Amino acid sequence: MSWKELEEAAVVKGGTSAGYVVSGWRVKKPVIDEAKCTNCLICWIYCPEPAIVRREGAKVTIDYDHCKGCGICETECPPKAITMVRES
Amino acid sequence: MTQAGTFAVAALQGDEAVAEAVRQCDVDVVAAYPITPQTIIVEKLAEFVADGRFSGEFIPVESEHSALSACVGAAATGARVFTATSSQGLAYMHEMLYNASGMRLPIVMAVANRALSAPLVLNADHGDMMGSRDSGWIQVYGENVEEVYDRTIQLFKLSEDPRVMLPSTINFEGFIISHDKERVRLLDEGAIRRFLGRPAPKHRIDPKTPLTFGAIANPDNYFEFKMQQAEAMKNTLAVFNEVEEEFESFSGRRYGAVNSYNTDGADRVVVANGCSAGTMRAAARALNAGGEKVGVLTIRLYRPFPAEEVVANLRRAKSVITMDRSFSLGAPSGPISEDVKSVLKGAGLGAPVMSVVYGIGGRDLSVDDGKKIFEMAKDENSFRATQMLYGVKG
Repeated sequence: MSWKELEEAAVVKGGTSAGYVVSGWRVKKPVIDEAKCTNCLICWIYCPEPAIVRREGAKVTIDYDHCKGCGICETECPPKAITMVRES
Repeated sequence: MTQAGTFAVAALQGDEAVAEAVRQCDVDVVAAYPITPQTIIVEKLAEFVADGRFSGEFIPVESEHSALSACVGAAATGARVFTATSSQGLAYMHEMLYNASGMRLPIVMAVANRALSAPLVLNADHGDMMGSRDSGWIQVYGENVEEVYDRTIQLFKLSEDPRVMLPSTINFEGFIISHDKERVRLLDEGAIRRFLGRPAPKHRIDPKTPLTFGAIANPDNYFEFKMQQAEAMKNTLAVFNEVEEEFESFSGRRYGAVNSYNTDGADRVVVANGCSAGTMRAAARALNAGGEKVGVLTIRLYRPFPAEEVVANLRRAKSVITMDRSFSLGAPSGPISEDVKSVLKGAGLGAPVMSVVYGIGGRDLSVDDGKKIFEMAKDENSFRATQMLYGVKG
């Protein structure tokens, strides 16, 4: 793009990361075994992204659009209910 | 409105005059940290706040890095912002200088020029600002207290112009100007505020409209963002003249991007900046009285470099003497010398250039020294060395 067309000072609107899908960054994805999950929310606390979704009256799920596949949830999960599975 | 010729007259130190200008300019935010020889500016502004004479926000930060960071944040909201520093303080701001210019924030900063440690020194040279020469800030050098006062006012108008939107510095030598008390014709506050208006940036952040300034660029567009800044620098040359013209209309005072004294028809022309330009003019006047054809070209606006005006004033010079109050260690010559040689070459002019480095760490330059420098330029051998260190004890 020509310098004449670029927005000066590289100014962009806020809140754009919510719409930014990072699923392509992953090598492995976390999969929750609902039978083992106690909904203790340790994964929700440790997840560096907002990729663990809390639900009223139900167990946590994963927002795969914002999960980068770091695997911290698998390491931290006390009942070992999360497994990192290679992306197909 | 103050008419040209009627002024409140005050005896002010350079630092005091800058603080008074900032108070009059309806500045919203000042974030600064004291450092000699700029300290009086910060002290004076704090005093104005305590006395209820300055309604802007004064942020006493813990370092210069924080000072300029706070200024960057404040300017992004569309506020009129000022800070001041010297020497190590400017060096400590270095990282944020590039953020302020890259984010196109019209911050105005006073730099009471002081040489850099080590060894620890408090006195003047331009090494501090020249160390940040390429940071994308407009750089103006003043040579007396009233000029420094006037430039502080003008720079808000210049920086905030939508064709410019670049931060700017008013430079003046520490102690020599910062602490020297001179007669200043103060301008009417109402007239200054009418002249300035209020900043109206295209982008401004507030809690309802969050924006990212200076978001990531990649190899495919970083160069183009720098090109925009270069273009704004180019625009600055024209806007600078407009600002001066409008300022003159209510103050009766005008300085120019350069000032030419007897350059036309001179066989030796000195190119200098800061307070030494006045010293060299005094030396030239004395020599002119004895029939010698010498002149002085003062560089008042250094970035952007007023290349066309410099060339126009040196076109007929038989020889040129550049004077740098900064020592670019390991370089062929000082920054002013390099710039002058570059534009002369570009214009196809072949006048020999004698590159003088002087006044380092506050070493005084007298009118007699000025005469000696003009005398040296009579000898063609003086033009052989890449640079001459005037006054160093050998």
